[in-house]
Amino acid sequence: MNQTHARISASVYTSHVPAIGAAIDLGKTGNDYWAPLFKGYEPSKQWMKDNRPDVIFLVYNDHATAFSLEMIPTFAIGCAAQFNPADEGWGARPVPPVIGHPELAAHIAQSVIQQDFDLTIVNKMDVDHGLTVPLSLLCGQPEAWPCPVIPFAVNVVQYPVPSGRRCFELGRAIRRAIESYDEPLNVHIWGTGGMSHQLQGPRAGLINREFDQNFLDRLIADPDGLSRMPHIDYVREAGSEGIELVMWLIARGAMADVAGGPAPRVAHRFYHVPASNTAVGHLILEEQS
Amino acid sequence: MSLNKPYTDVPGTTIFDADQSRKGYHLNQFCMSLMKAENRERFRADERAYLDEWPMTEEQKQAVLARDLNRCLELGGNIYFLAKLGATDGRSFQYMAASMTGMTQEEYAAMMLAGGRSIEGNRRTGEKQS
Repeated sequence: MNQTHARISASVYTSHVPAIGAAIDLGKTGNDYWAPLFKGYEPSKQWMKDNRPDVIFLVYNDHATAFSLEMIPTFAIGCAAQFNPADEGWGARPVPPVIGHPELAAHIAQSVIQQDFDLTIVNKMDVDHGLTVPLSLLCGQPEAWPCPVIPFAVNVVQYPVPSGRRCFELGRAIRRAIESYDEPLNVHIWGTGGMSHQLQGPRAGLINREFDQNFLDRLIADPDGLSRMPHIDYVREAGSEGIELVMWLIARGAMADVAGGPAPRVAHRFYHVPASNTAVGHLILEEQS
Repeated sequence: MSLNKPYTDVPGTTIFDADQSRKGYHLNQFCMSLMKAENRERFRADERAYLDEWPMTEEQKQAVLARDLNRCLELGGNIYFLAKLGATDGRSFQYMAASMTGMTQEEYAAMMLAGGRSIEGNRRTGEKQS
């Protein structure tokens, strides 16, 4: 191997339900309610050990934690050296601080902005369960996270949220940015949030298995077509908070096949209902070299 | 030109768009203030007095005092902000969600364990329940 530049080796997709974080933090992962869910992530934890990246580019959404209604960036890239777990109203999660990768983040910001995506650069930000729950699911409860993480926050709280298509195209731009970074880093890109769920109003508790499974199928085999699905379909079929799924398209857009390369390999797929109010979906796609 | 809103026929759902956000700005920022422990304490000590520090409408204040989350949504609240009110009360999110559906928490939890609320009959207002 004569790698001179950074490359993306895999993409990971997972829901980021806060109750999952609470179950981990309170030692409830083995009880009847939670055990089936965590069993589905056992292969993923092993996979993370076997495929440890140098950096994770982690797409998530802030849940009115770092960003109130004062400022609502559509796409925000974390360029700081460190991000602390936020106090979301119950005290901060007892998880390690998130170490950033300011050099790669700054490079991605420059490259992606010059490819006409208007990112917001964030140099100070606490990170909430949207970012830390996926890390816990894949990495367990280590003293320190296994590698630096670049947080990438997407507004899915106040409409208008970015379209699936915009997210997919952004993923393509992020791929070009990472591949032009002249250090041989192994990078994972993670898309988090979803799957079907609605947390508000009389329709709260909505779950749509058929939609979710179809979304997973198409994310694997037809991401370009999937990226053209309009917002209203997410809202109507997957619930008002199901719109978080657009973030998965950022990670998917960064894979090689979208840029004319080989299709990725499905390393793991898992689906479970419920985690508190939400359907949980999880997918690991590995690049084929 | 007004906002295009293709989502108004989704039953039991309030989309947090710019109109709702404008209406609920102070309500949501009040909720945001509850992320600080000292504010949570002050709010608990005298809810009305704490609310009166915010330029919220009287209806919004009443909805908060009554913990009427559906009314809060209607008046511009967003669920991620309102979650901080639930956290201040020591309530689980599932308790809050149940309270908006007219179910008890036990009934709601049982529905979720059974696979959640079905999409059938819940796509459009006025659609026939199957």
